Amino acid sequence: MQEWNNETVVEIFPAIWDGFLVVLQVTLVAGIIAVLLGLLVAIGERSGPPWLKRVLSGFFQFIRNTPLLVQVLFVWTATSLYINPEWTAFAVGSAVLGVHYASYTSESYRAGIEAIPKGQWEAATALSLPTHRVWGAIILPQMLRRSTAAVANWVIAMFKEVPTLFAIGVLEMIAQAQKYQGQNYTGVVEGYTIAGILFLAASYPVAVAARRLENRLAKSHF
Amino acid sequence: MDFQAVIDSLPRYAEPLLVTIQVTVASAALALLVAFALGLMTSSKHLVVRTPARVVVEFFRGSSVVVQLFWFAIAMPVILGIQFDYAIAAAIIALALNYGSYSSEVVRSAIASVPKGQLEACTALNFTPIQRMRLVILPQAWPEMIPSLCSFAIMLLKASALVSLISVTDITRMATLIGGQGGGVNQLPHLALILVIYFVLAWLIWNGMRALERKAKRGVGIDAKLPKNRAIDAPAAAAGGGGAA
Repeated sequence: MQEWNNETVVEIFPAIWDGFLVVLQVTLVAGIIAVLLGLLVAIGERSGPPWLKRVLSGFFQFIRNTPLLVQVLFVWTATSLYINPEWTAFAVGSAVLGVHYASYTSESYRAGIEAIPKGQWEAATALSLPTHRVWGAIILPQMLRRSTAAVANWVIAMFKEVPTLFAIGVLEMIAQAQKYQGQNYTGVVEGYTIAGILFLAASYPVAVAARRLENRLAKSHF
Repeated sequence: MDFQAVIDSLPRYAEPLLVTIQVTVASAALALLVAFALGLMTSSKHLVVRTPARVVVEFFRGSSVVVQLFWFAIAMPVILGIQFDYAIAAAIIALALNYGSYSSEVVRSAIASVPKGQLEACTALNFTPIQRMRLVILPQAWPEMIPSLCSFAIMLLKASALVSLISVTDITRMATLIGGQGGGVNQLPHLALILVIYFVLAWLIWNGMRALERKAKRGVGIDAKLPKNRAIDAPAAAAGGGGAA
């Protein structure tokens, strides 16, 4: 049985911090994918041809209702066996995480689109605006204000799911703690605790900021 | 890829499938209990009741469920001296506390959404606080909670795959164990198989919750005709918006 050791805390901290930086990097890459892809999917589901709508909604429904961990393992196995073994766990993991959360953000965008009064669409049609103007000048500016807070919340949720990627060897905090344990026969207890505290310290201020943003956008009239 | 091998190995998934269902159902039941306890506490007007509940909620929502799982299974026995006999117990408790904290917001906001006139009527009828909660508030708040609780139940099912990382043999671990033999070349069909199993389980949860919602709405005289939704629907706004931390 291991015991809590303050010296280990000091020794392991740099490794866990490195893991934390990896978590932030993954969050950045996957966050960009989730935010942009989610938007594209929402637009495609709204105004794409019928076959595209069906494919998109079926695919993302499947993604949304199956575990991230299994998806990550599946894609990682597939890429390393059949596509390109050179691709790093970081790249593959970030991509899968981004697509997984795009399945959630697209729903937030969809809700934002559906909340736009029908008259806006009709006016755009009446003015016979080209499609890119309808979206760019009318729908997107209104919808983004409604969706931003919800999408931000999904990105925060995603940030907290990054440690799942340790299953394919991304060196985030759990993996760093286990690596340290492997070399020194101690450290997981302290490592996991530090990891939890770092998550709390990082996500709480962001969550508070997101809540404020939500309130501010809710107040601004549109 | 050898599909015959996958079909032959199906019986080996029977027991892990039970483990997955067990973890999901047990932690969902416990999470519901936690959600109601914390949700009622955070709805309280007394600061001494509200504050500790808020701290617990923010604590569990603020950090990662993966880290919490490892912490409960490995670090907590050392730090607090609480040792579970089985890793599965630690997993169930970690998942229940995490998702219970998220769901407590659903409970809280559903209680807050009961029209004020109802509460005034309770005062006029001289109901005790317990009567008010049991007879008036909860029957109306409950149908409002179900769609969001359904989203969380499906998320819980998805999170149950994480228990494989602390050596609990659920279907995910079974797939990596069987598929991992021979250098992992056969892993793909096994992982595909369990993805489908998870999807079917999510579909079952979704259908069950829809039926429950219809029944609950009928119970308080709300028209049971629900808006026609897409098959398995996305988490309602409450899950995205409420899942702040």
